[in-house]
Amino acid sequence: MTPMNLVRIAGQSILKNKMRALLTMLGIIIGVGAVIVMVAVGLGARGQIRESIQSLGSNMIIIMPGAATTGGVNMGAGSFSRLTVEDSEKIAREATLITGVSPVINSMAQVIGNGTNWRALINGVSTDYEVIRDWPTSSGTWFTESDVRGIRRVAVLGTTVAENLFPGQEAVGQRLQIRNVPFDVIGVLAPKGQSAGGQDQDDRILIPYTTANTRLSGRSFIGQIVASAATEGELPVAQEEIREILRESHEVQPGQDDFTVRDQTDLAAAASSSTETMGMLLAAIASISLLVGGIGIMNIMLVSVTERTREIGIRMAIGARGKDVLTQFLVESVVMSLLGGLIGLALGVGGATVLGNLMGWSTEVSPITVAVAIGFSAAVGVFFGFYPARKAAALNPIDALRYE
Amino acid sequence: MSDASVNDTVIQTEGLRKVYHMGQTEVHALRGVDITVTRGEMIAVMGASGSGKSTLMNILGCLDTPTSGTYHLDGVRVDGLSRDQLADVRNQKIGFVFQGFNLLARTSALENVELPLLYDRQRRFKNTKEQAAWALEQVGLGDRTDHHPSELSGGQQQRVAIARALVTQPSLLLADEPTGNLDHRTSIEVMALFQELNDQGITILLVTHEHDIAGYHRRIIEVRDGHILRDHPVAECRIARSYLEQLDAEEPVGAL
Ligand SMILES: Nc1ncnc2c1ncn2[C@@H]1O[C@H](COP(=O)(O)OP(=O)(O)OP(=O)(O)O)[C@@H](O)[C@H]1O
Ligand SMILES: [Mg+2]
Repeated sequence: MTPMNLVRIAGQSILKNKMRALLTMLGIIIGVGAVIVMVAVGLGARGQIRESIQSLGSNMIIIMPGAATTGGVNMGAGSFSRLTVEDSEKIAREATLITGVSPVINSMAQVIGNGTNWRALINGVSTDYEVIRDWPTSSGTWFTESDVRGIRRVAVLGTTVAENLFPGQEAVGQRLQIRNVPFDVIGVLAPKGQSAGGQDQDDRILIPYTTANTRLSGRSFIGQIVASAATEGELPVAQEEIREILRESHEVQPGQDDFTVRDQTDLAAAASSSTETMGMLLAAIASISLLVGGIGIMNIMLVSVTERTREIGIRMAIGARGKDVLTQFLVESVVMSLLGGLIGLALGVGGATVLGNLMGWSTEVSPITVAVAIGFSAAVGVFFGFYPARKAAALNPIDALRYE
Repeated sequence: MSDASVNDTVIQTEGLRKVYHMGQTEVHALRGVDITVTRGEMIAVMGASGSGKSTLMNILGCLDTPTSGTYHLDGVRVDGLSRDQLADVRNQKIGFVFQGFNLLARTSALENVELPLLYDRQRRFKNTKEQAAWALEQVGLGDRTDHHPSELSGGQQQRVAIARALVTQPSLLLADEPTGNLDHRTSIEVMALFQELNDQGITILLVTHEHDIAGYHRRIIEVRDGHILRDHPVAECRIARSYLEQLDAEEPVGAL
């Protein structure tokens, strides 16, 4: 028997029972289809998360008030934790392993310019923020060290703000008012898109933190300090250095930190652990549906072997060896499961595309997914086809011929 | 026995027994059968229904194994061979025509006949389709190659089954009541075919109920209750071809 003959025989026997074959394949079709869709959506989501984490800037360190472990010792009212501009300036002075540090003073404010209103996030930051977030301007310039020291009222706009306040105009050189304080627009940032949380990162205005502190809020507490290390490898030591500096200024012992220092790899790890969980879930669903599909195939192959006992007898009587019969039935179950896998693949790819267009999700069907789906359905065919095929091969020619 | 006669012995059995167990009861289908068949013989196996003819043929055809006794085929002891070796013997040496036709349904006549060649591990025939067409030609069905068994008459199905037995050009042809389902004329046609094959040197054993059919053989073995009752040569073997010509002369129907 040549392989071509075997596949042809398998095809004929499947075509003889089209409806039954289709129902048998349904388990595999649904399993593979569902997995393709979910993996496509999952990969798309992971790609988005990766992009938005990268858009935070490379080698970024984030310092936040409050201990990371909430289950720890209650500090009491007196030791209410906070970060100050002084903390940031102390880090800037003393830290040797960082390439930049900036406080981030957050507030939402009503902005008036060009006769229109816009509500935007105001970030008071230092000039280092450009390096830390890897965020240059697309027109105009960033504010300078002297702008910061001079507490000047200059603003760098995110593209969303610029487009809404000055549509179709050059924003640089215009004036606007933040909480009735006039500012000069000196630059517009390059667009950055959505953050991991789905927020528009371009809907913000950057001003010197000194200006934010004195002209806008009057508070000296800040929500966040960001810094950056020279290389990814130096992130751990740079973080440790920052911790030591802050312990000194906050007068706390190691282990009693009232602040948290993290880097983007932590964020990436959190994101990847959630995609990993999703991956495990997918694998579980895939294996269950393939198992169910495989049992369906085994069931039908057993029926098929019984139904075709006489055929097996005839083939053996004219010289088929046990191995020939085994291969014939194995090929049949593999062809069936492979066919199911391919149909499932086609439906899955189609479904993923439709779903992506409908929901606006980005989906991604990788060649690996396709290869794994096909490989697995073939493996299911071999695994679940083997027992029925062996049963057929073990028949005695004369008993098989006599079977009614 | 001289060397030549040893080489010419196709079948040699000694004390073949076959016992079927049916729950408590034992059915002795064969009770010690000794047969020697020489190359080129054409033998009719006769006997009442249930006498053990099919059981004997199945053992001789390597489809079944005896409970005890020995069986040499072409000098090779068959009752010691593995399943695979037996499959190869069936494929290479024996052509078997079953009591029922045992054709694959929903498979064309040509593909049915081609099937044994696909299992031929020696690949003796390069062009299996051509060889299958040749075999169908031999049985006069050259124009029915694409028909499925359900589209053929009983006689035609029987001839497809014979073509399948011939296609590997076996040295031994075993036929279990090949004319059982056929009308008189078609039976004679099949006998004419077998006589031609025998003239070409193929050894033939054929089971039949009909004395008429047995008369076309050179030797008759009569079986009763699993024993060989009689084993005798036929004095005057009838020639099927000349009988057919005689029939044609008597009623020249359709000879327009
Ligand atoms: N598989 C079997 N199980 C039990 N008994 C069997 C089996 N096959 C045959 N027998 C018995 O063995 C005996 C011989 O059967 P066999 O088929 O050889 O007869 P036969 O001479 O070919 O008859 P017929 O002319 O009707 O075909 C019968 O009594 C039958 O009942
Ligand atoms: Mg019989």
